[in-house]
Amino acid sequence: MLSTLNRRSFLTGLGCTAAASPFLTPVTFASGTGENRLVVIILRGGMDGLDALRPYGDANFKSLKGRADQAKVTEQQDLDGFFALHPSLTGLMPLWKAGELGFAHAVSTPYRDKRSHFDGQDLLEAGGADLDGNIRDGWLNRMLQNYPGLQSETAYAVGRGDMFLMKGTAPVANWSPDAGLYGLTPQGLSLAGMLMEGDPLFEAAFSEAVSLSGESMGAMDVSNESGEMVMSAMRQSARDAAKGGGHVQIAEFAASKLKEASRIAAFSLNGWDTHANQSRTLAQPLTRLAEVILSLRSGVGEDVWGKTAVIAMTEFGRTARLNGNGGSDHGTGGLMVMSGGALRGGRVWSDWPGLGEADLYQKRDLMPTRDVRAYTGWLMRGLFGFDSGFIESTIFPGLDMGANPKLIT
Amino acid sequence: MTFTREIAEIRFGTGLSPRLRGPRDVDDMMRRLTGDDDMAKRYKIESFDDFAKRIARVTEHWKVRRANRGSDVADKATQKINSEKRKAVKRKQFWLWNTLLRRAHTQDGLRERLAFFWGDHFTARGKVSLMKRATSPYFESAIRPHVAGYFADMLKAVTAQPVLLQYLDQKTSIGPNSTEGLLAKKASGLNENLARELLELHTLGVEASYSQTDVTELAELLTGLTYNQQGVFGFRPDYAEPGAETVLGKTYGGGEASLADIHAALEDLALHPATARHLARKMAVHFISDTPDPQLVSAMEARYRDSGGHLGEMTRAMLEHPAAWAPELLNVKQPVDFIGSALRALDVSDDHEAFKDWRQIQRTFAVPLGLMGQSWQEPLGPDGWPEDDGEWITPQRFAARVDWAMSAPESLIGALPDPRELVQAALGDRAPEALRFAANAAEDRRTGVGLILASPAFQRM
Repeated sequence: MLSTLNRRSFLTGLGCTAAASPFLTPVTFASGTGENRLVVIILRGGMDGLDALRPYGDANFKSLKGRADQAKVTEQQDLDGFFALHPSLTGLMPLWKAGELGFAHAVSTPYRDKRSHFDGQDLLEAGGADLDGNIRDGWLNRMLQNYPGLQSETAYAVGRGDMFLMKGTAPVANWSPDAGLYGLTPQGLSLAGMLMEGDPLFEAAFSEAVSLSGESMGAMDVSNESGEMVMSAMRQSARDAAKGGGHVQIAEFAASKLKEASRIAAFSLNGWDTHANQSRTLAQPLTRLAEVILSLRSGVGEDVWGKTAVIAMTEFGRTARLNGNGGSDHGTGGLMVMSGGALRGGRVWSDWPGLGEADLYQKRDLMPTRDVRAYTGWLMRGLFGFDSGFIESTIFPGLDMGANPKLIT
Repeated sequence: MTFTREIAEIRFGTGLSPRLRGPRDVDDMMRRLTGDDDMAKRYKIESFDDFAKRIARVTEHWKVRRANRGSDVADKATQKINSEKRKAVKRKQFWLWNTLLRRAHTQDGLRERLAFFWGDHFTARGKVSLMKRATSPYFESAIRPHVAGYFADMLKAVTAQPVLLQYLDQKTSIGPNSTEGLLAKKASGLNENLARELLELHTLGVEASYSQTDVTELAELLTGLTYNQQGVFGFRPDYAEPGAETVLGKTYGGGEASLADIHAALEDLALHPATARHLARKMAVHFISDTPDPQLVSAMEARYRDSGGHLGEMTRAMLEHPAAWAPELLNVKQPVDFIGSALRALDVSDDHEAFKDWRQIQRTFAVPLGLMGQSWQEPLGPDGWPEDDGEWITPQRFAARVDWAMSAPESLIGALPDPRELVQAALGDRAPEALRFAANAAEDRRTGVGLILASPAFQRM
């Protein structure tokens, strides 16, 4: 425990760079909203929304090339006689029944036609109307820039992948639950801190690492141990991440922070780019998504879960028809997954476009009928009380939020 | 701003060495780059053709297994398949060690950096079985010989590589009206993945003007590029979509389907002005700064165009520009650059008993690389590793660098160097005063060495 204390006092001496950032325009906030939580999950690779939430009630669904098997659904998958869950999501059925799970179908960002993952994700996270290069920060960070009383721990980007939607001038804590500074004595720590001075990139990363490794390592004190011990601690953390499914660890870490001072958390789940053998390759990422939602729910506890909304969004949907390899190619309209005790769930929000040849976007993709940003905007309004004009001008420039889908209880 | 040996080694090479002197000037750098590939001879990595023999053996065992289901013969075949897979897993670790040794012992660091850069440009990962371990052989065969040659040759080489064809789903992209497509024995069809990435990532760049139609037409043109069960590349006319295809306004093929039509399109893509712009900028970002001097980029772009798409000439144009020699180091080393340059600064021996055990390589290098955010040869997408320094220096990733710096060196060399000497070896006259002080003030050698390697002065390039 000694090393923990030393790390903390060292940090105080250095001054946490993140907490010192000056900003604040608290005009756009309603009062009494400081208890609500938002978790944003980026599903990287392009989730096939038509497979994840199957519109089996649309007579054209089963006629789409490769979709016939998907259209055969059991009672355990059925939600409302029209949409049914992918078998890997049925573990979430109790949440659906409790009104803690919902979906927005046939949605997309404004991104069209080039169907590039990287552009698609950039636009999804920048939150603009196009990729004209005017937006340098992420939409969640722009929300944070206007979140009253923002502290260094209000928002967390979790995991080893970086989150553009969290990047910007507002401070965001950044950590992966399997990381730690294992090899430094207190004297080594203070020398290292001195060496980082004058290079803001390294200074900020190091001071945050010092602070967080003090917490996650708890009673573990290997700071005076040999190099072999440190290597073995590194290996163990990598093994834990691989074995336990890093995604569950990430969800649990996020939940532990949301239970305390944090209000916003974001992380990504990968593996959605199912170009081949989708009947097998989509099961794993969907299983992970379900596990993440369930871990968040149990991790924050009933009380906090009641104030929490989770949204999972992806850069685009996939082709309506499967390709020659039993997979799907990059498409347009897709699915947004929502959960949380604060959600008015148990429903699928959708202006369903249909799946006939003429209904499809460019005769190949699910037609998007609403912007994912509109749902996200309404969610922010419901959770945090931001006014619509502010959301449409600053958080999501160029967005028309449209009618209120009433997402929050 | 002119050539210095230190900048040459740190920014364009694999770091400073206490033993190897490094190049004298830009001409010397280019002479080394275009001379013999000494490191490839000394620290061998299998060619893809040799790797394919492993694939062929596994295919043979599969056939035996299928023909003898349920018998002892089938069990034997399964054992042999598993043994081949284990061997490939081990080879991948030895090739990582050899990759690092090349960086530690080369007199031609620029070649190692270029091989990594262009390999990353053509990122590919095998998806199944042995192919998952084939990345190093793929780079060795298709990338390394072309780093100072014509870009079109590299394009032709990579599109004949099973690893890339598998990764971007080209192997089974079949023209709907081809002989195979019309047979329709099984569900088949066009897959646009390689065509899209060829335009977006490999040649024109996403900012160029091309349309979905160009992507689809190019996908049709590329049908026929495939490989067999022995892992050997081939062009199959019976997979090729009949008829001519028009890409960016130019029409290819139309007669009997042939590889030459595809190569004609690749030649044109290589010489497209948007490709010159895209490659020049990307290279300047990788080597110099996330926001490189526009004049330097223009000079590289122009030389690429004037030389008919010659990568060696574009590299020379970069090195001849004064902005390349700005004294301030603006980029951060990627994890493999960091570890490679640490081995070089510590002058780690290539005859290291511990690393004859592949597990030791995995523990000492592969696992830490993953924690630093660079799981070896497993980037998340076909756009490869990020260039943005902020992506690498997050608290959790930087913590892994600090941990490695504090712990790995003592398992790499018999006796740790005096930190005061290591400062000079690793940074030369560029060592900041604070670092010289810390090296002196550290309570033990391990901490002193670790602090030097973890310091921003060493982490930047």
